[in-house]
Formats: sequence, C-alpha cells, structure tokens
Amino acid sequence: MPNASPFNRLESNSNTWVTLYIEDQTIQVPAGDTVAAAILSAGLLPSRATPISNSQRAPYCLMGVCFECLVTIDGKENSQACMTQVQDGMRVSKQIQAPDLNAANTREVKHDK
Amino acid sequence: MINNTLYDLAIIGAGPAGMSAAICAADHGLKVALLDEQANLGGQIYRKLYQPSLKDESILGPDYYQGRDLITQVQKCQIDYFFEANVWQVTCPEKNDSTSLEINLSIKQQGQQLKARKLLIATGAQERPTPFPGWTLPGVMTCGAAQILLKTSAMTPASPLVIVGSGPLLLLIAAQLHRAGVSISGLLDTRPKGRYVEALPHLAAALNNLPLLAKGLALMAEIKKANIPVYKNVTGLTALANPSERLDKVSFKAGNQHQEITCTTLLTHQGVVPNVQLSRALQLDHVWHQNQACWHPVKDEWGQSSHPDIYVAGDGSGITGAKGAANTGRIAALKIAQSLAKINQSQLTKLAQSPTKKLAKETCIRPFLDKLYYPAQSFLTPEDDTLVCRCEEVSAKDIRHMVKQGCTGPNQTKAFSRVGMGPCQGRLCGLTVSNIIAEESLSTPEEVGYYQIRNPIKPVNLSELIDLAK
Repeated sequence: MPNASPFNRLESNSNTWVTLYIEDQTIQVPAGDTVAAAILSAGLLPSRATPISNSQRAPYCLMGVCFECLVTIDGKENSQACMTQVQDGMRVSKQIQAPDLNAANTREVKHDK
Repeated sequence: MINNTLYDLAIIGAGPAGMSAAICAADHGLKVALLDEQANLGGQIYRKLYQPSLKDESILGPDYYQGRDLITQVQKCQIDYFFEANVWQVTCPEKNDSTSLEINLSIKQQGQQLKARKLLIATGAQERPTPFPGWTLPGVMTCGAAQILLKTSAMTPASPLVIVGSGPLLLLIAAQLHRAGVSISGLLDTRPKGRYVEALPHLAAALNNLPLLAKGLALMAEIKKANIPVYKNVTGLTALANPSERLDKVSFKAGNQHQEITCTTLLTHQGVVPNVQLSRALQLDHVWHQNQACWHPVKDEWGQSSHPDIYVAGDGSGITGAKGAANTGRIAALKIAQSLAKINQSQLTKLAQSPTKKLAKETCIRPFLDKLYYPAQSFLTPEDDTLVCRCEEVSAKDIRHMVKQGCTGPNQTKAFSRVGMGPCQGRLCGLTVSNIIAEESLSTPEEVGYYQIRNPIKPVNLSELIDLAK
C-alpha cells in the first residue's frame, strides 16, 4: 500500500507499460520511467533511511546529484533510482541504514505503519 | 573494455552545449564521441524531448519543444553516442604531453575506457543547495525535480503543494504546474527587500535581451492571474514532519507574521550553479563568482580550461541558460577544430563571430538576474540547527564549531566530521561549507577553497574496474 500521497499522472504519450517489484508491491509504470519516478508514482516513501541516524529520505533532485534515491536494484546496492530506467521484471528494494555484512540477506526492513 | 578508437573530441554531457559542440565539431570533420548519463539526447532542459511524455504541449510551453531542432540536427551527424554512461574518472596527461585523455565510464554496470585528444566538459548545472530545517524530509524536493518528472513521466506532485525560494525556474515551474491543473497552496518568495533596487543598475544591459525580459514578465503575470497565494520576504522557513517522519506542513514568517501551511509536497529552489564535480576531480583551476555565489571553472573566451586539452561549455562553465550554452558549445568546438588543424585561424575568427554575438545577447541579462534573484543569506550560511551535509548528517553548528577549533578549510572539516564524504561527494554541501567557513573566519570562499574531489566521482563496483583490465 502507498504510505505517502502518490504523484499524479497526466495524459501521456507513453503506451507501453512495464511491471516492476518495489519491496513486496507490484507496480506498473510507463516504459520510459525511471525507478525514482516509479517509487514516487506508487507513493512508496521513504525510499531509504540513512546509515547515520536512520533518518527517512526520498528522491530529492531527480537528476543524479543528491544520491538520496539510492536503492537496491536487481541486487545491486547503492543504485541511483533517478538514473535508472525501469525494466520489465526489475526488483527494487529500499536501503534501510547500512548493510549488515553478517546478515546481508536477512536484515529486517523497517516499514511504516 | 578498452575502446581503441582515438576520438578527436569526447564531449561529456548531451544538453544544449554538448549537442551544439558535437554538431559543429562533426561538421568540421572531427571524430566525436558524445557521452551522457541519461538514456538519450537533451540534457536537463530538453529532457525526454526525443520522445515527449506529456500529451498537452501547452504545459511545458514552446521553450521546451524548440529544442527539437537541435536534437534533429545532432541526430543527422556522424557521431558515436554513449548513453547511460556514468563517467567516473578522467585522467589527463601532463600539460603539453601528446598522449591522449582517458575517460573511464560504466554503461549498464560494464566498465569501459575511451581515448580522446580533446575533452569538452558540458555537464551542465545543478540546483543550488537550499539548506533549511527539515529539507531532508520525504516530501521536500527541488523545483527542478518536479519539472523533470513532468518532462519524463507526465507526473505532477501530490498536493497540497507549496513552492518556496527564488529564481526564474521557480516562476516557470509554478506556471507549468498551474497549467497542468495542480493547485498551489502558497508561493513563498524568500528574497529579502531590496533585490529590485540592487538589480536596477544592471537593467540597462538586460534591455539588450528584451524577449527574455518579456518572457519573465509574462510568467509573473500568469502567476498573478492564477490567484496563487504569494508570500513575500519569507524568513524562518522550516519544514515540519508528521509522526511518521513525512512532510506535514511548512512554517515561516512573512514580514512579521508567523504562518503555517499544510502540505504534502514542498518544492524548493534558489537558482542553479555549475556542476563542477568533474572539473574539480580533474583539478582544473576554479574561480569564485561573487554575483552567482558559486564556483566557475577558469576558462578563456574559447572555453579552454587551465588544462590545454580540456574545454568547458554550457551552464557547467557559468550560468547563461540554454541558448547561451548552445553558443558556448559552438565556440569551444570551433577552437578545438582549429587546435587540431581542421580549420585555420582566419576561419576560426570568421566562424566564431555569429555564436559570440549571440552569446553576448544571452549573457547581458545575467548580472540583472543574478542580483534580482540572489539567495537570502540564510540559504548560503544557514542557522546552527540546519543540516548542511545530508549524507553524513553534519549541521551548520558542527561546521562553525570546527572553525572555532581551528579548521581553516573544507578539507579539514571533512577529515574531522566526514562532511562531504557521503555518496553525493559534496555536491549538496560543498558550497554551504565553503560559505560557512568563510563567514566564520572572516575570510572569503576564494580564500578557504573547496573540497578536493576524489575519483571515482560515481559509485563503481569492483567488477567495473576489473572490466578495464580485460
């Protein structure tokens, strides 16, 4: 479920849609979207929490400068969501704090109620 | 993978400057590589214009769609394109050495290397960092981000929406969102009183570009007609969160009146500044531009940097706007063609006349705009409780404390606090840190300097480094 107000879509020229998975959500977006746009259109914020203080963050500049939209895309951590085009079947997970090297695949993801 | 083609010219950035330079260089017989981190041509200003998303072209307006000409022209040229190219390092030979420049990049996580005799950095501008309490909250974004989403995805931000800051782009995005049917709950102008008076001495020069002035006035009229509530001389800007750490409202003072507006999205803007990450990593000389309160790479009238084989063009070399950028690109490409003996000196002089004249028309209005929209001091040297470095979570107070302890420059504060060492590598705190240190030590940004930017300038997997050895 969205946990923030989603962005709205206006009438668009795009007619090809792709399906990607953000955490446990199945999301359909136009083929030309970036992963950051997909996250915003689904209202799935925050998209990361900082390693320093667990501060909640979301895509901010959308042009590759701020690195606030870092997520894990198809297993690659620290990917810039705003610089990555969506692909059919892509799997995206949020980056919550720093990875735990001892339990890289089992760490718990904090979800907002 | 090492690409063994030796390019005459590699251009990094396919915005108006990079595209114009590519066309001009290809026309004069240079072998050109054009690189961009996006999936296609256009840069930020003409983003996704190769395949526009919005059905309704009146939302973004004709200035966006006029970039089509440039895109069509460049597509007709013999140029090698490298899209989705993350350039993470450029290495250059010693001055006057005849070996080539090496550009290390990754495309879809594959490391590659290109070689070129000359390099043109056309990496454009970024929005000036706008630190204020709460600017890291989910829901706070830049005006540029909202415009990018309109261009690439035909998306508008969730309302209620408030727009805050200063600058021509702020007015443009307010008008565009209004045209798109978005209700704007408040437009907060953070400029202190007196900016018009300060800009007035530069009005005469600005009148040489009447069409641009007229566009600005038309935007202001459009916003007025839209009945968007406008608050002037806004101070004490704070974004406040709800219990789940999401933006809930914005609080501020307009004049002496304390105000609060509920909002889901807050768009901020304080002008644009050159993105100097690559030119800094290359250790090119930079100079502090007082009126634009930012760094420019040092360049001559041709765009040649402090390294003879490296040129800079477009907003990354100083803010002139899209049309100005296109002309700086042309001028640099001509000089590069001449330096590679593709044209002679008299051809260069003749061919450079037209773009130089056009560029002058675009630059004449800048001093007026720089003064008119100069950011309020609180965005340059924010108050103590404001987070300056979003990545490593270092506050303005922390920076001031380090100065009191004897830190004289940004590289010392970096060592003491990790400020500027997070994933953005100082892109969003560098200007603020230099400004705060300068203010606290009664010095100037020029004196205190900037971060030493380290390669790689984008995150790279070890496998991408290994690719270069294959």
